[in-house]
Amino acid sequence: MADNSKQIINEGLWRNNTALVQLLGLCPLLAVSSTVVNALGLGIATTLVLAGSNVTVSLVRNLVRPELRIPTFVLIIASFVTAVELLMKAFVYDLYLILGIFIPLIVTNCVIIARAESFASKNNVGRSLLDGLAMGVGFTLVLVALGALREIIGHGTLFAQAELMFGEGAQWLTITFIDGYHGFLLAILPPGAFIGLGLLIALKNVIDRRADKRAVAARQKAAASRPPAEPATQP
Amino acid sequence: MLRQYMTRSALVLGLFALTGGGLVAYIYQLTEPHIKEAERAYTLRSLHAVINPALHNNDIFHDMITVRDPRLLGTDQPVPVFRARRNGKPVAVAIMSVAPDGYVGPIKLLVGIHANGTLAGVRVLSHKETPGLGDGIEERRNDWILGFNGRSLSNPQHKGWRVQRDGGIFDQFTGATITPRAVVKAVHNTLTYYQRHKERLFTQKSIAPPVDSDDKSSKEP
Repeated sequence: MADNSKQIINEGLWRNNTALVQLLGLCPLLAVSSTVVNALGLGIATTLVLAGSNVTVSLVRNLVRPELRIPTFVLIIASFVTAVELLMKAFVYDLYLILGIFIPLIVTNCVIIARAESFASKNNVGRSLLDGLAMGVGFTLVLVALGALREIIGHGTLFAQAELMFGEGAQWLTITFIDGYHGFLLAILPPGAFIGLGLLIALKNVIDRRADKRAVAARQKAAASRPPAEPATQP
Repeated sequence: MLRQYMTRSALVLGLFALTGGGLVAYIYQLTEPHIKEAERAYTLRSLHAVINPALHNNDIFHDMITVRDPRLLGTDQPVPVFRARRNGKPVAVAIMSVAPDGYVGPIKLLVGIHANGTLAGVRVLSHKETPGLGDGIEERRNDWILGFNGRSLSNPQHKGWRVQRDGGIFDQFTGATITPRAVVKAVHNTLTYYQRHKERLFTQKSIAPPVDSDDKSSKEP
């Protein structure tokens, strides 16, 4: 079981990452990742919805006939999204104003229905919750990485407007790298999002390939060190 | 058989719809006062940015009317006008007018005007201008918008109410002329509107009663 949960986490965060591998939910990912704070806001909202819908879908998985699955899942997801939207409006109103239409759009984020359909409807509650959290956190990490990349290059800052999310006391979080930096427009505009995401995917592939090579090399090394040992045991 | 199956399906689906709807209704009930408060605080913060809160002592948020003038206020929607008074005497108004001809769609403004016709302050409430170029109209990026403070229809005269490139007195930004041009024009139009209607703007009956929260609780059983 421990191995199993480790595998679920690894799938969500890295091996089957929604944004870098499955390439799901790109619309909000590309639109909202212009600053770290926006990215984090949408990431947390998506993770909450994903965990909530996964748990609910898993709870009712034996109650719902296959023909009714999709409409039921959509109902569940839509309820959760509306709830999250209301909560954000009540408690982080300024951030809500920025993220605006992307919150209701979480309903159509294919990541959520995909996890409900392919994982939560076949697994127990604990594993579904873990899968929802892992997938959500994986999505959030990519959002934040892309947000940081675009914010640093585009605005020359990091965590700008942190007060929108963490209250007035969080203004110190904002880091300005270069004073009077005029910004690099391309990074802030949508094409910058595509280029940034492309670079992140490429980076992941490079890391994976290195890891593969190392694994192969280690296996060969192990294989190479064995034969001389074999004759020694022969006589 | 088929009938029974269909009834069961309908029941299950209906049950989910009810539960989902119930959950949303419950959370709506729970968050409604917070949302109202957040919206109020947000509008109040913008209002206080254009009208010095020390100048008035009425409940500016609830002393509100709406007016319509597509030509001067830039939108065919009703435009909210908030009124500031001190001991009942008119001090200033804040008009949520629109610059319809921004580079990327309309720019929503909040224009504060003292009773004597001078500008108390202007802020951009929302816009879609190019980041890094046109967004210099935002107060937190550039103090350009503060250049309106104290201006009026006679300061400068009509011809001066343009960006410098068009022969006026207002700066444009490097790489962006259309955005400041739209804002200057909209502020000028809003001032003109105020000039023509200022009597009515202060005397018209407020549509938002100040005791709105008490009203609601008394209606509920």
